[in-house]
Amino acid sequence: MEKHKDLIKPAGNADLSAYGSQRRKLLSVFGYSALTAGFLAACNKDDEPMNNGGIDLGSGDIGILNYAYALEQLEAAFYTQVATSFYTGITPSEQALLTDIRDHEIAHREFFKTALGNQAIVDLEVDFSSINFSSRDSVLGTAKAFEDLGVSAYNGAGKLIVSPDYLLLAGKIVSVEARHAAYIRDLISNGSFADSTVIDVNGLDTSRNPPDVLMIASGFLKSKINASNLPTS
Amino acid sequence: MNLHNIITSIEKTDPEVYDRLDSRRSAMKSFAKIGGKIAMAAVPIALGSMFKKAYSQTTTDIEGVLQYALTLEYLEYEFYQKGSAAANLVPAGAPAGAIATIRDHELAHVNFLKAAITSLGKTPVSKPNFDFSAGSGSMTGPLATVFTDYPTFLAVAQTFEDTGVRAYKGQAANLISNNDVLTAALNIHSVEARHAAHIRYMRRNLSGSNSIKPWITLKDTGGIGALVQKSYDGEEVVVQAGVTITNINGKAISAEAASEAFDEPLTMAQVLEIVTPFLAP
Repeated sequence: MEKHKDLIKPAGNADLSAYGSQRRKLLSVFGYSALTAGFLAACNKDDEPMNNGGIDLGSGDIGILNYAYALEQLEAAFYTQVATSFYTGITPSEQALLTDIRDHEIAHREFFKTALGNQAIVDLEVDFSSINFSSRDSVLGTAKAFEDLGVSAYNGAGKLIVSPDYLLLAGKIVSVEARHAAYIRDLISNGSFADSTVIDVNGLDTSRNPPDVLMIASGFLKSKINASNLPTS
Repeated sequence: MNLHNIITSIEKTDPEVYDRLDSRRSAMKSFAKIGGKIAMAAVPIALGSMFKKAYSQTTTDIEGVLQYALTLEYLEYEFYQKGSAAANLVPAGAPAGAIATIRDHELAHVNFLKAAITSLGKTPVSKPNFDFSAGSGSMTGPLATVFTDYPTFLAVAQTFEDTGVRAYKGQAANLISNNDVLTAALNIHSVEARHAAHIRYMRRNLSGSNSIKPWITLKDTGGIGALVQKSYDGEEVVVQAGVTITNINGKAISAEAASEAFDEPLTMAQVLEIVTPFLAP
């Protein structure tokens, strides 16, 4: 039961009445009545994470929002670790902008957590054992992989979203991920912000479907994710 | 016939009429021009055609969005084409390489959008004439040094890219019924964001100003100033879907970071207002 405590109220937010009013606003934006949300929570929240050997993202638009929440959890955890002990030889400019990115990813993660309320998946356990956080090459190489992955994930998820409001939200976030990707790439090799490894001959960026994205992400996650109920078209 | 009443009644049935026409003043001005040329008996027809024009500009159909995107890509491609061809403007090496990369992407976007429109059985709009001095055709506007002064060139590039990102974002919902077109538009949208970030990085390095970042802070123009403010207005929001992002859930998230974390859309009318000074007759 302990893990569900986080689903009831956001960590560190003591003001439950303010939280409640924010939840109501969100539920109306997200087109869910309190009754529906409560019903769904009552029906399937307790057992589902154990089914099919992984954390169930859910279905429909909620599933896509949980999918985004999972990726933002991964990114936020990574940059939090990066900013806890910066790599050797970091410049003041890099330090400032990587701290910005950490804050953006935390903002994204907490936004989804709050927006999803009791339909949010649990906190994921990450596995960063392959990353050497004291090495610039290791940190920036991983950051590049995460940012390009994030861009392709949001680009590929657009067509799976039914609600125009959620589609716009995804659009508001993906361009920020693309800005991160360009900056990280320029730190690794100036001018590689949009090179031919990610942009095709038509000048189009990469998009990936959830199974492909989660396959790549799984290398950095201890938690197993079950995306089998996500929409596929 | 009271024109104010007509426009007021349109306002009632369509509260967003001023998103379609850029302002009540311009609606009246457009009407005054028509009125000067024709007899009053023809006024209702002329008024109808004025609004038809406005509404066809904001049509939510797929073709309308693609034609709009093509027009913006024409603008960007010609800008970078002229910039990369101008003598002694962009320094050789990394800067020239980056501008060439972006130019080539914009050309690819032009060709891709033309092909997409053609595949719908429609005719791509032709390229307008541009005035990159922002002089509406005078060629002596406030940005007259755009192809001779490198910082000005980069400032205009940043504005075009950031505006382009916002323009595509504003149309995503209008493409929701067509998965292929939506995905293609999203794949262009993120490329424009990569361009924007790189141009901003170039400006950061050129100026040595740490306040210029690859992302947009509040509604800051990055030191460019009032001339381009409309491209940044609205970026300062810190509430998303009713959720306040600043210090969300007790995390130390500043208003600056909260605004940077989400890019905001522009409507077609807002974008047309921004690009109008760059259009020549």
